[in-house]
Amino acid sequence: MSDVNAATLADFAASEASPPVRGYWASVGHRLRYDYATLFFLSVIIVVALLAICAPWLAPFDPTKTAMAYRLKPVGFKNFMLGTDDLGRDMLSRLLWGGRTSLIMGMVPVGVATVIGGFLGVLAGFVGGRVNTLIMRAMDIFYAFPSVLLAVAISGTLGGGIKNGMLALTIVFIPPLCRVAESATTLVRGLDFVEAARASGATTLSIILHHVLGNVLSPILIFASSLISVSILLGSGLSFLGLGVEPPTPDWGLMLSALRSGIYIQPLVCALPGVAIFITSLSFNLVSDGLRQAMDVKA
Amino acid sequence: MPLDALADATPAGVQIARPLVEVRDLNVRFVSRDSRTNAVNGVSFSLQAGEVLCIIGESGSGKSVTMRALMKMLPEGKTRIEGYLRVGEHLIADMTDRQMRAIRGAEVSMIFQEPMTALDPVCTIGQQIAETIMRHEGCSRKVADARALELLQVVRIPSPERRLKAYPHELSGGLRQRSMIAIALSCRPRLLLADEPTTALDATVQAQVLVLMRKLQRELGMAMIFVTHDLGVAAQIADKVAVMYAGRMVEYGPVAEVLNSPRHPYTRAMLASNVHGHARGEDLDTIPGSPPDMRRPIRGCAFAPRCKVARTSCAIEPPPVVHLGPDRYFACIANDASAEAAAT
Repeated sequence: MSDVNAATLADFAASEASPPVRGYWASVGHRLRYDYATLFFLSVIIVVALLAICAPWLAPFDPTKTAMAYRLKPVGFKNFMLGTDDLGRDMLSRLLWGGRTSLIMGMVPVGVATVIGGFLGVLAGFVGGRVNTLIMRAMDIFYAFPSVLLAVAISGTLGGGIKNGMLALTIVFIPPLCRVAESATTLVRGLDFVEAARASGATTLSIILHHVLGNVLSPILIFASSLISVSILLGSGLSFLGLGVEPPTPDWGLMLSALRSGIYIQPLVCALPGVAIFITSLSFNLVSDGLRQAMDVKA
Repeated sequence: MPLDALADATPAGVQIARPLVEVRDLNVRFVSRDSRTNAVNGVSFSLQAGEVLCIIGESGSGKSVTMRALMKMLPEGKTRIEGYLRVGEHLIADMTDRQMRAIRGAEVSMIFQEPMTALDPVCTIGQQIAETIMRHEGCSRKVADARALELLQVVRIPSPERRLKAYPHELSGGLRQRSMIAIALSCRPRLLLADEPTTALDATVQAQVLVLMRKLQRELGMAMIFVTHDLGVAAQIADKVAVMYAGRMVEYGPVAEVLNSPRHPYTRAMLASNVHGHARGEDLDTIPGSPPDMRRPIRGCAFAPRCKVARTSCAIEPPPVVHLGPDRYFACIANDASAEAAAT
């Protein structure tokens, strides 16, 4: 081993000026650290989430307690910091509690759909052939319906309620996630390192787990994060139509729906749930955008 | 280890009873609904332990396919492989997928052309080496990591402890290819297949990697099949050279003989089209025409339409294989004198 000429080796060592060694996720984190816009909106999401989680301790009133004497009072009326709704319930308490349902409606369907859609997509993309045709054409059937219509149709058939609403949203989100996973997997499957893994004796399963999954995870996660805001909006839409959350459970979509009659009396108060939906979904959207920028950078 | 003993004996040309690799009448066809491509047509060769065979040929001549057939690394269902293929005691053609997986990476391993894409971008170099070791030897992560470090030293990667934790994009092309070699060597294979491993590297790095590969091959007593279209690379690394054209081996023999006294018109034309031995400004001798369409059956000599010394009979009957010794043949109808006259 010592006969390799020392000069070459020394040149080599010198030419390889050492960059800081950083893993993929660490480098994503590093890029995010200097993306102030994304950090700001991420903190907005965290604040909203914390407010929603701490609702039982933060809310000054019971969100379902009605008071006929205090219907549709303006912002700052007596103890009602954000006014009251058409049944005299405290808006602040309802917004805090409503954030819980809205965030759950936003995240749970996307999470479940990511797992199911991702699995189906990776399977279709890696196995290819007939399996691919079967899975992807089945997804195309769902694609034939506009997503809002599909969600309405499913939860309409199943009946209202949070669970059915979330089930409907999950079904709506599986096809697009499956498609993203499938196209990413098809791309990765053709790359040399998959062949190299096979050439070193890897089984199909270990190729998928070790090599494919690691490479398709970031496009899937980016897409899934952008769906959270859609899910919040769709969930609110379902509630607005009376198909999601049932009264008197507070939910931003439902509140917006109930308060639309009061818009001429207390426009500011009635717009509040809409503002909450807007801020939350905008933040999710922008964070997912920043995430894409941080994750998409190819070596 | 007996392999070391063989490694010392073979470069001198000593014959050993049973070659490590034996290929006879290999035919590979790619079959699809509307066409049938005859990628490899009747290739035969053998390789002793510790020898390096270079397969030379232009794109589409079937050199990579021949090599991949040895590992059954061709698209399943679309490929028909016929012929006798033996590596060590394994008859490749009869082996199941499970048996193949046990050999791949352990007894036979492969180095790819593009070190950029052949390494998984989301795994560290260390993980990728350790993965192969653990798979074949069933050892613990710790043992595998230690071996990985050792391997990086073997392939002369500077500051190996740090490179172990590096991701492929943090390494230069040369270091990446060295890492690939480390992965390929991780389970001490008896046969190393290299598919143009230096083509993607720049010239100085290419030389370093070649020297390293030749050295490691000798030290470990591995046999190596090296696919390239670069005659200079072949001259540096090969013991034997096989020249392929249109899925056939048109000339085969020890590297010095083939490159110094080529017998097949294609080999001659290829050597003549090299920049070496030409004055500056002088036009290079190129080979006119292009390789045949492999989807059509070829009756006579595949090179005949581009050959300077072709006769009418060349297009009709396949060329005879002329053996000049146990390890030297070419497939051409032209006898020596007329071919030589035409070439000069």
